[in-house]
Amino acid sequence: MTETPHIRIQNLNVHVGDQHLLKNINIHIPDKSVTSIIGPSGCGKTTLLKSLNRLLDDIPGIRVSGSVLVDGEDIYAPHTEVTHIRKKMGLLAQRPFPLPMSIYDNVAYGPKIHGIRNKKELHVLVERYLRAVGLWDEVKTRLHGSASALSIGQQQRLCLARGLAVEPEIILGDESTSALDPISTKTIEDLIIQLKENYTIVLVTHILRQARRVSDYIIFVYMGEIIEFGPTEEVLLNPKEKLTQEYVKGFIS
Amino acid sequence: MRKRKIEERLFKGLMLLSTALVAVSLFLIIGTVIWKGLPYLDWDMVSKIPDGGYYFGRSGGMLNAIIGSLYVAGGATVLGMLISLPVSVYLNIYLKKSNIFARFAKLSFDVLFGIPSIVYGAFAFSLMVYLGVRTSLLGGIIAVTLLVIPIMVRTLDEVIIHVPKDLKEAALSLGATRWEMAKVYFRQIRHGVLTAVLLAFGRGVGDVAAVMFTAGFSDNIPVSLHEPAATLPLAIFFQLSSPIPEVQGRAYASALILTLFILIIVVVSTILSHKKNKSS
Repeated sequence: MTETPHIRIQNLNVHVGDQHLLKNINIHIPDKSVTSIIGPSGCGKTTLLKSLNRLLDDIPGIRVSGSVLVDGEDIYAPHTEVTHIRKKMGLLAQRPFPLPMSIYDNVAYGPKIHGIRNKKELHVLVERYLRAVGLWDEVKTRLHGSASALSIGQQQRLCLARGLAVEPEIILGDESTSALDPISTKTIEDLIIQLKENYTIVLVTHILRQARRVSDYIIFVYMGEIIEFGPTEEVLLNPKEKLTQEYVKGFIS
Repeated sequence: MRKRKIEERLFKGLMLLSTALVAVSLFLIIGTVIWKGLPYLDWDMVSKIPDGGYYFGRSGGMLNAIIGSLYVAGGATVLGMLISLPVSVYLNIYLKKSNIFARFAKLSFDVLFGIPSIVYGAFAFSLMVYLGVRTSLLGGIIAVTLLVIPIMVRTLDEVIIHVPKDLKEAALSLGATRWEMAKVYFRQIRHGVLTAVLLAFGRGVGDVAAVMFTAGFSDNIPVSLHEPAATLPLAIFFQLSSPIPEVQGRAYASALILTLFILIIVVVSTILSHKKNKSS
């Protein structure tokens, strides 16, 4: 790999009770590109994604060992502050979930909790990120209306703007288009391709065509293990491993 | 084929019957209270204190008991919420579901929920004896607070549990602390919190056993926390046990006022929960 790694995962193991969810994960996720995690349901895709911003912490009975280095800093080191880690990453969830407040406040929420109080500054941020997701013109007349009145597709873009507003370096997407109609899906996919110029993006998807459309690299996970990792075309069209071949051809799902 | 049809009709009929039974008893209760109470209900009833004592007095009103009930239930609701909200937030948002302490605490609240109110009254009374507090508004508020805390905690639990975990992840992934997340939760559940408040208030305003030993009774409107206070349910109890038919009639008028209180609470909380469903 010629790119510099942004996230380095070393010997990561995740257990819940007696289940071994992720087994010995070692991978370098390259900077300023889109990496998709694919694999059958229940294989550990989402667990792998959530291990990156420590959203796993709250699962009862969870044990995580190994390290995840973001910009060289181990996010699982004992003295690491979890809010500081999460500020570096925006999460785009499966279904959009606007915070119970206005459109404006949804975007301003992140900057506010991280200490920006100046109203002008906040307004600049809100406008910038609503424009970045192509929502500004649609909502500029009702910024103080409830966010739940937006369509699902608009809500997902609002959630993306909300995540971008804390100025992260990394965007994590957890099957972010699975609740959306085809047109909204296309909008989100186009945004992802556009955003990779400035962000490192990691997506979980179960749609192979989507992985092919948007990603530069693909990680294939099966039963908690990374089976194959490489550039998109290589993994999807010319897989080295037999399991990957079977998955790509649709024999296992 | 015929058997299935008969079965279907039979059970549908049984369900209809039980629903009708509940509806009819509700109307009978409200009907009795209105029929017997309405002739005695006048403006004096809600604007004056009893003339000639609550037991023998045939004129004057129940303002002492109305105000007393509002004070007791209102004070207990405020105190109860100040305790219950942090408890539920801590148990449900800060602690993990599997936490032993959280599970033990929730079980304890379930047990407390089932304890009859007379036990809370007796407990508060012995506490008052120990502390040297006489039967007073303060004593009544303490007893009813103890009574409503489990109701509030359980209602809030129910509300917080139903907040989708997406909200938690959304707030946390933006780098929110637990407390900042709790504040977002609070916005999401504010209608539920109001429902908990109204439920607790309704329970507090109607309970007799908790205030019997603790709040005492008085024909006057209490002006300090250390004076005894009358409450509507207890007033009804005393008036009904009076030998004078007119005073007994006044008991139904008091019951009518109490029923109206509860009715208003139910209507307001229904409207609020309706609003909540609409907005989410």
